[in-house]
Amino acid sequence: MKLNRRIILSLAAAAMMGAALPATAQEWPNGPVTLVVPWSAGGGTDATARMIGTLLEKELGVPVPVVNRTGGSGVIGHSAIAEAAPDGQTIGVATLEIGSMHTLGLTDLTYKSYTPIGLYNSDPAAIFVRADAGYDDVKALLSALSAAPDREFKASGSAQGGVNHLALAGMLLAAGLPVERVAWVPSEGAAPGLQDLAAGGVQIATASLPEAAALMSAGLIKPLAVFAEARLDAAPDLPTFTEASGHAFALGSWRGIVAPAGLPADIAGTLGDAMGKVVNHPEYLAFMKERGYATQWTAAGDFEAFMEASDAALAQSLKAVGLAKQ
Amino acid sequence: MVLQHLDAAIGLVLTWDMFFVMLSCAVFGLFVGAVPGLSATMATAMLVPLTFFMDPVPAIAAIVTTAAMAIFASDIPAALIRIPGTAASAAYVDDLNALTRAGKVGRALGISVTASAIGGVFGSLVLMFAAPQLALVSLNFTSFEYFWLALLGLSAAVMLGSSSLLKSLVALGLGLMIASVGMDTTSGLPRFTFGLTSLLDGVAFVPALIGMFAIPELIRTFVHRDTLPPVAPIGNPFALFRGLGGVLWRRKWNLARSSTIGTTIGILPGAGSDIAAWISYAVSKRFSKAPEDYGSGSEEGLVDACAANNSALSGAYVPALVFGIPGDSITAIVIGVLYIKGLNPGPMVFLTNADTITAIFLVFLLANLMIVPLGLLAIALAAQVLRVPKKALAPLILAFCIVGSYAINASASGIVIMVVLGLLAYVMEENGFPVAPTILGIVMGLLVERNLVTSLIKSDGAALGFVERPIAAGLAVLVAVVWTVPVWLWWRGRRSGMGKVRA
Repeated sequence: MKLNRRIILSLAAAAMMGAALPATAQEWPNGPVTLVVPWSAGGGTDATARMIGTLLEKELGVPVPVVNRTGGSGVIGHSAIAEAAPDGQTIGVATLEIGSMHTLGLTDLTYKSYTPIGLYNSDPAAIFVRADAGYDDVKALLSALSAAPDREFKASGSAQGGVNHLALAGMLLAAGLPVERVAWVPSEGAAPGLQDLAAGGVQIATASLPEAAALMSAGLIKPLAVFAEARLDAAPDLPTFTEASGHAFALGSWRGIVAPAGLPADIAGTLGDAMGKVVNHPEYLAFMKERGYATQWTAAGDFEAFMEASDAALAQSLKAVGLAKQ
Repeated sequence: MVLQHLDAAIGLVLTWDMFFVMLSCAVFGLFVGAVPGLSATMATAMLVPLTFFMDPVPAIAAIVTTAAMAIFASDIPAALIRIPGTAASAAYVDDLNALTRAGKVGRALGISVTASAIGGVFGSLVLMFAAPQLALVSLNFTSFEYFWLALLGLSAAVMLGSSSLLKSLVALGLGLMIASVGMDTTSGLPRFTFGLTSLLDGVAFVPALIGMFAIPELIRTFVHRDTLPPVAPIGNPFALFRGLGGVLWRRKWNLARSSTIGTTIGILPGAGSDIAAWISYAVSKRFSKAPEDYGSGSEEGLVDACAANNSALSGAYVPALVFGIPGDSITAIVIGVLYIKGLNPGPMVFLTNADTITAIFLVFLLANLMIVPLGLLAIALAAQVLRVPKKALAPLILAFCIVGSYAINASASGIVIMVVLGLLAYVMEENGFPVAPTILGIVMGLLVERNLVTSLIKSDGAALGFVERPIAAGLAVLVAVVWTVPVWLWWRGRRSGMGKVRA
């Protein structure tokens, strides 16, 4: 019963966190390497982490149990990674929310609380309308929005201050429209928001393309543009927002592997090398492709620069929608 | 479309590999479900890495079988030690436990297992023959409809329990207050969290559930020397189930009604097996000839709630398969696995992968049918627990409570929540307040609030928006009837001076 052992291992690993001693690459990994996921079991981040955990286990030769530390809108899990001993026995998945949580006043943690290992995925948000809506492109939607009174249009796709809310707010700002023009209807995530769009509860929804795939194939909703720098391989016919409207704007959720700040450089190097092999593993690539997740590997220093830029962009959108505490 | 693909589908399902996968997952599911605190969601999430290496049909079979077994098996601790495994089983945990105390543990769990299986099979058949059509119906539900539906679920509290209406309402109010702790869904601001990060997502539900039901039992074991009557030696374990067939046959119309309610509610992505079980239980009580038994060992209520519970679980796959919209956390995991296996949910999957989808439907049927033999076996074994003196069992139960409360978020805050709410529940029960409405308040409070507020945002604060859409208006009338009829009956009862108060 491998699975029973997994329960016990993950519980034991959670109990051992913080009790470990300083280590160097020669003796690392020293026992199981816990991979902390700040989001619940079964979600997208969890699924990618479990795939990575399975493959990393083969690379490192030690068990890599995935532990879901959920709660506090991601604060609890992100704190658990940052507060663990920097010995490489606890690593985790950081997500876009690390850039928005501190601006929302939920925590003091920022990307600086971690040793960046590498960014493995970023999925830009896209904007959707009902398939029978009268707009065929972003330009038409934006002109309808600029003519409409405030709050006549409603949009959904995430909680207040979530990535899809900030994508919509950022789009409005980029197009020179006030953020009050569209009322945000908070939802528990992309799926309920998109369902509300299909049901006619809202007129606009923002979400990543894989999240909307089923409703798109059912012919109920259509994407107008994607908030990315370049067109996606998965949807070559869908223009970027910048192409379609002439206003520059890009935003999307991302996921990366991090370790607590102060991880010895040699361990970070070994871990980075192992992860570099994992993200090029055919099984991993096939899995990500099937789920519709974009793949990339932006290691260490570049990942840190990426997080810094993401942090600044989120702070700007949050200020515009009036949610920033600082 | 199902029948012409049946041949190919049977070929995919009836193999030794499949038999082995389903049997081992069934045993795994039974184990996880029977340990209080380990949830079906946790079990299915742990299976996901294993499914990477399986073919599509066994992969889905593994998850479906594990989930079905785990959800049924959580009724075992509910009956034996009064720890409900899910929000849905909290609806009937008192009936299960009361029957166990009356020495009818086999009967109680036997009803649970067979009614669950019948509800599950009903839901699976609906899924097989009408999924694409029904999924379109589910798309007519927006926050306005969900608001009324959640309110209807909340109203079940009024009809539940054997204590007075007033005490039920007080208990419900307590639950609603507990539900208001955490991040406000509309503004994204923390509310009543006292600056504690662990309360940002609200009072964790599973520890609350464990605490409110198990802790009062444990306290009573020691404070009141409250012990179960000794169980007669069990010679032939299957003697436990004597009379089961008759009970179910007499309740065949209940089964049909509850399976329909359960499937209907399950199909809606914003409402799940918990609302289904509570509403079905309340409906059952409303139309029962013996409503006074509910909450103290009603076999009828048990049949209704269990059938609704499992048919809702099957119903949840309708929007998941057709639109990729998860109805609960388990279907969310299944959607992920479907993508990995190239069975991208959507209406097209029914045409492009018809054989595989039909095979998956057969798996649903088989998994629900497997519940019966394996479930009865597990009950016969588990019933032996009752022979252990309760005072020896109590520390073990407490250990399970602690592990379960900790494991759900891998956080000690769960243990604190369990203990605090457990003490609250003890004080409540000692003073004649039922705890079931409090649990209902914790579960439904957030749903009612979220759908109320998002609806108000959509209608720009206009109350008229709540009754403009036809389905919403229909549900509103139903809620109005549910709330006015008991008040009217109570008023008429008082005026006629009969003084015959329902116990």
